[in-house]
Amino acid sequence: MPIDKIFKDDASEEKGERARMASFIGAMAVADLVKSTLGPKGMDKILQSTGRGHSVTVTNDGATILKSLHIDNPAAKVLVDISKVQDDEVGDGTTSVVVLAGELLREAEKLVTSKIHPMTIIAGYRMAAECARDALLKRVIDNKENAEKFRSDLMKIAMTTLCSKILSQDKEHFAEMAVDAVFRLKGSTNLEAIQIIKKPGGSLRDSFLDEGFILDKKIGIGQPKRIENAKILVANTAMDTDKVKIYGARVRVDSMTKVAEIEGAEKEKMKDKVNKILAHGINCFVNRQLIYNFPEELFADAGVLAIEHADFEGIERLGLVTGGEIASTFDNPESVKLGHCKLIEEIMIGEDKLIHFSGVEMGQACSIVLRGASHHVLDEAERSLHDALCVLSQTVNDSRVLLGGGWPEMVMAKEVDELARKTAGKKSHAIEAFSRALVAIPTTIADNAGLDSAELVAQLRAEHHNEGCNAGIDVISGAVGDMEERGIYEAFKVKQAVLLSATEAAEMILRVDEIITCAPRRREDRM
Amino acid sequence: MALAFDEFGRPFIILREQDQKTRLRGIDAQKANIAAGKAVARILRSSLGPKGMDKMLQGPDGDVTISNDGATILEQMDVDNQIAKLMVELSRSQDYEIGDGTTGVVVMAGALLEQAERQLDRGIHPIRIAEGYETASRVAVEHLERIAQKFEFDVNNYEPLVQTCMTTLSSKIVNRCKRSLAEIAVKAVLAVADLERRDVNLDLIKVEGKVGGKLEDTELIYGILVDKDMSHPQMPKQIEDAHIAILTCPFEPPKPKTKHKVDIDTVEKFETLRKQEQQYFDEMVQKCKDVGATLVICQWGFDDEANHLLMHRNLPAVRWVGGVELELIAIATGGRIVPRFQELTPEKLGKAGMVREKSFGTTKERMLYIEHCANSKAVTIFIRGGNKMMIEETKRSIHDALCVARNLIRNNSIVYGGGAAEITCSLAVDAAGDKYPGVEQYAIRAFAEALDSVPMALAENSGLQPIETLSAVKSQQIKENIPFYGIDCNDVGTNDMREQNVFETLIGKQQQILLATQVVKMILKIDDVISNSEY
Repeated sequence: MPIDKIFKDDASEEKGERARMASFIGAMAVADLVKSTLGPKGMDKILQSTGRGHSVTVTNDGATILKSLHIDNPAAKVLVDISKVQDDEVGDGTTSVVVLAGELLREAEKLVTSKIHPMTIIAGYRMAAECARDALLKRVIDNKENAEKFRSDLMKIAMTTLCSKILSQDKEHFAEMAVDAVFRLKGSTNLEAIQIIKKPGGSLRDSFLDEGFILDKKIGIGQPKRIENAKILVANTAMDTDKVKIYGARVRVDSMTKVAEIEGAEKEKMKDKVNKILAHGINCFVNRQLIYNFPEELFADAGVLAIEHADFEGIERLGLVTGGEIASTFDNPESVKLGHCKLIEEIMIGEDKLIHFSGVEMGQACSIVLRGASHHVLDEAERSLHDALCVLSQTVNDSRVLLGGGWPEMVMAKEVDELARKTAGKKSHAIEAFSRALVAIPTTIADNAGLDSAELVAQLRAEHHNEGCNAGIDVISGAVGDMEERGIYEAFKVKQAVLLSATEAAEMILRVDEIITCAPRRREDRM
Repeated sequence: MALAFDEFGRPFIILREQDQKTRLRGIDAQKANIAAGKAVARILRSSLGPKGMDKMLQGPDGDVTISNDGATILEQMDVDNQIAKLMVELSRSQDYEIGDGTTGVVVMAGALLEQAERQLDRGIHPIRIAEGYETASRVAVEHLERIAQKFEFDVNNYEPLVQTCMTTLSSKIVNRCKRSLAEIAVKAVLAVADLERRDVNLDLIKVEGKVGGKLEDTELIYGILVDKDMSHPQMPKQIEDAHIAILTCPFEPPKPKTKHKVDIDTVEKFETLRKQEQQYFDEMVQKCKDVGATLVICQWGFDDEANHLLMHRNLPAVRWVGGVELELIAIATGGRIVPRFQELTPEKLGKAGMVREKSFGTTKERMLYIEHCANSKAVTIFIRGGNKMMIEETKRSIHDALCVARNLIRNNSIVYGGGAAEITCSLAVDAAGDKYPGVEQYAIRAFAEALDSVPMALAENSGLQPIETLSAVKSQQIKENIPFYGIDCNDVGTNDMREQNVFETLIGKQQQILLATQVVKMILKIDDVISNSEY
């Protein structure tokens, strides 16, 4: 009796060529899926969730698209993962990284069919990636010293990032906003400090950056709507019934009067607490947790503005902006740092009332209010802005920039081609293939814009034959042009991450010669 | 199936529900078992060596693992066959014992089984084959002992260690920066090694990974890295000369283990309870402050009020630190883990030169570095990489390298890699075989053949002609009587493994041979397989 079954029932195994084919095809399918969103004229995708409500997302962001896909092919999952990491790490280039990895695999497939061993291809790819990175390093521009120029660099990067998104109509407006917001962070990469508030209504152009801080909450009833020179206590404390925290404590009484007494004591306790808080000499109190009616009334009596249920981030940001500390005990009023701001007032955006803190001491945090016609537009606008903010905040730390519009790819391709000519052995085929994969990115950008990619890329290649050329594809005019003049810039960090992660992922998939799939876990509730 | 009948011609039921079971006996059982063992070995065969390929495994929940490590591949495979499970166990025990060579041991066992099958066809009894294998394995192990070389190293000259670790890493996906990773692994092991007792506690090396950055950013931290941040966003992010109180009690009112009730029936009681509660927190913080702590690391959570008090008193704190990490911190900083506030004393505090928080990428993720510890006997290897699978695979590779370095510190004998050790063993076993009279002689020769299959697989994976290459190397070894010639996997141009710096540890190799022989013996001895047939 032959034993051909060593796995469990539903598990399967694919070997050698078949395994390689399955992973190549899976990876390329994913790359082709997002390919059409690349570049300023890239198209968007509609994603409909299978969950309740069948909510719809319209997006151009590679990471968002891939995140929402249900993928079964393991190689495709690798690509989804690199796109996610790219999003977490630098925030932009999530489509490029997948497209590049897909192209690398497409080229590798051709080499494998012409009987070149995957390990040889990997060796070639590695050399090529190293060489490409060096080529980029040679051509980076660093304007860190010159603040004026650095700012204009950032503006250009933001505009380049935004031009492929829904915001491209008002890219200057949004780029300005993003650069301002990032400069306020002063080098920190904590984007939590930038609050993005979405309010439907108006047009995208009505979006604005607020120097102060906007809290999406309402002011308690009967309390002042406008406070000048506010002293703010930011707190995280229970303002409902303050529980007794000692374990096992419970109230056991034998008569109604006692209940009343205890209730009275509880009330007294709350009143005490409120009094302690008031002893800080404040006129605004912001709490993370709920404030019940009774304390709210007490605050109103004292003429103090009490804001309840500001969530964690709201509290943290408020702490950052106003410079107050987040308090939970109130026994030493003299040593608690209070937050300050010039003016607190209720403002109206669209239909909603918001609380606006202006004239704050430390300007680390800020708010961006996005306006737009629908929730879909707003969601996409937020994602686009998020991309821009991520790239900018990373660029502030690593100020090296590159030109855009397919320029870096061409520079790399040229160097890699030269390396291929110098390399002896089968590896040179792989190196050449790497350069072809790099050129595929400007080709895709041109194709997506409906331009004659073959013509443009050939022109570009010719231009790049000259040393120190700045030529790239200008999609708007549909011709090859000087990228420096047109102000199309990209961050070095993004390009480097794209290059390295794509090569790494391609290498990983190439090394695989067998796929073993376990039986899916049986779920009880599956119908 | 053999059935027994009683005098009325009715069959005896020997096994419960006999008709639902399949049963294999005698030579069929052995053949089936060998086939299963070989099937598992065949899967791993292509992963062997520096040019070996990886396997992609999709788990039951759809998660993807890409690995080159034999133990990992087998563990994640959904194996149903009993013999295949034995092979999985085999690889696992090599992993526990040595940490490296998990692929090699399975390939070896597969080859032994294949040879055994041929001997069975000749009509040799399985037990005789098993005995022959046993003798042969002893010969091979003794031979390895003879050809092994000691090499000297000390804390300052660790180059040989790095070379050996590089041999291990070269078969993994991380071979792009094997040099730097090998150095990291060796430095980490040396940092925690007890060179006097020649022992290394690998628990002191923490391997932490975070997605992002690139592989080259992987670093060795002389201290501890904790994936946590300060409990209060406004606490200082950097503490110099920290005195650390390591607590395993929560900053909360005490919870006695025995059941109890506190009844509140009067206003006074309510008031006192309230007072007491406040006092608790105050006392706790005060205790920490009193002993001179400047940082509190706690296994449990804090109450909001306690948190603010800590922040207010300028006492930074970290909460929800896992038990293992807590122990490591205690070891590194020379502190004691304190289970109750009352027991806090200045002597029990840990000391660290620098504690800082570092943020990564665009997300809010932060990590806490505890460096320049009083007792630097705990280190962290912090791995960065392009994606999750890469990090996981790097972790496994680093683990292998760490194990190799540890084995070398325990026993600094090495043999040469690249199949050199197997080829010379094969020659030795072959020569020894002739001395044994009886049927075992065939089994011993078969063992020698099986040893050849490892270099053969290496050559095959490297794209060389396996038979030609192997015979060339073999004749070279005999002609020059030097056991250092192996397969030139990387196409360097020399077969001399001394020049290529390809080393493996002696105990690793010996263990491989012994374990593989043991399992094969076990499989050969089975002559009856009873299993539930398909339901």
